Amino acid sequence: MKLTVAGESKDFKDGLTVAELLVEQKVDTPQFVTVSVNDNFVDKENFDSTVLKEGDVVEFMFFMGGGA
Amino acid sequence: MAFTNEQLQRYSRHIILKEVGAKGQKKLLNAKVLIIGAGGLGAPAAMYLGAAGVGTIGIADADEVDLSNLQRQIIHSTPDVGKAKVQSAKETLNAMNPDVEVKTYRQFVAADNILELIRDYDFVLDATDNFPAKFLINDACVIAGKPFSHAGIIRFQGQLMTYVPGQGPCYRCVFKEPPPPEAVPTCKQAGVIGAMGGIIGSLQALEAVKYILGVGDLLTGSLLTFNALKMEFRKVRLPKWDGKCAVCGEHPSITAPVDYAQQACEGVNLGNNA
Ligand SMILES: [Zn+2]
Repeated sequence: MKLTVAGESKDFKDGLTVAELLVEQKVDTPQFVTVSVNDNFVDKENFDSTVLKEGDVVEFMFFMGGGA
Repeated sequence: MAFTNEQLQRYSRHIILKEVGAKGQKKLLNAKVLIIGAGGLGAPAAMYLGAAGVGTIGIADADEVDLSNLQRQIIHSTPDVGKAKVQSAKETLNAMNPDVEVKTYRQFVAADNILELIRDYDFVLDATDNFPAKFLINDACVIAGKPFSHAGIIRFQGQLMTYVPGQGPCYRCVFKEPPPPEAVPTCKQAGVIGAMGGIIGSLQALEAVKYILGVGDLLTGSLLTFNALKMEFRKVRLPKWDGKCAVCGEHPSITAPVDYAQQACEGVNLGNNA
């Protein structure tokens, strides 16, 4: 199935969960990333149970705390 | 208030813009912007706001200028090492533009001073270097109904978003809670490329100016990210406001600013974008 992940359209295996996508995308410390699917927040507790579907648009939002 | 000849010259490149004009320049001269943090982000932001003729600029920072700041904090110079950052910043702005009144607050922001600090300002810049301060500024601005620009920089990356009451999610909607301090490297370990503060801090200044002028689209409901190694900007659309946020939601559990333990200069979880 095709997903749009962080603005890029790519092919993924069917039935992929958000948690599996985070591993596949090599996201560090996935417990601290914010994920949205089709403009809705996905609660961290639901990363494992959220199954992605053809055409879903996934965004990651990362903490960035520096500034000085 | 009429412009002096000197002001007509000084702001001529603004006044000629149809989005600014004499009217917009007056708005800038009457505006009050508070910059929290006179460091990598705050330095360029303060300089562009000062040059633009923002009439009142507040700067809050408890620190002194350190030699290791000068690689990026361009509002401070070598003779300023050891001086209070707010004082050094004020001197630079005074020399740059006599139209600007600079108010200095030599203090860390905390739950017991933030609401008082932001009260008289039209727009706030979060130019701090730690998550506790970033969450504190967000919560205070939400509670006080104050628009603000959030930004973060680390290594070769930066990002920013703008909060305007009623126009999309706040910082806490997106990031929920500060990450635990042990989860993150310190600034010294992580580093930051000097010009990153210039890029992201200047974008924060632009958001403040656009808000004051009432022109264009602000970064409300989106997070603009910049990767300097790939030379890529990306505007990430933030999720819809869902009313569940602890501070801006329909049933907020946070109704007053809260302090978290301080740890400066954090960067975490840059994933495969790092
Ligand atoms: Zn919120």
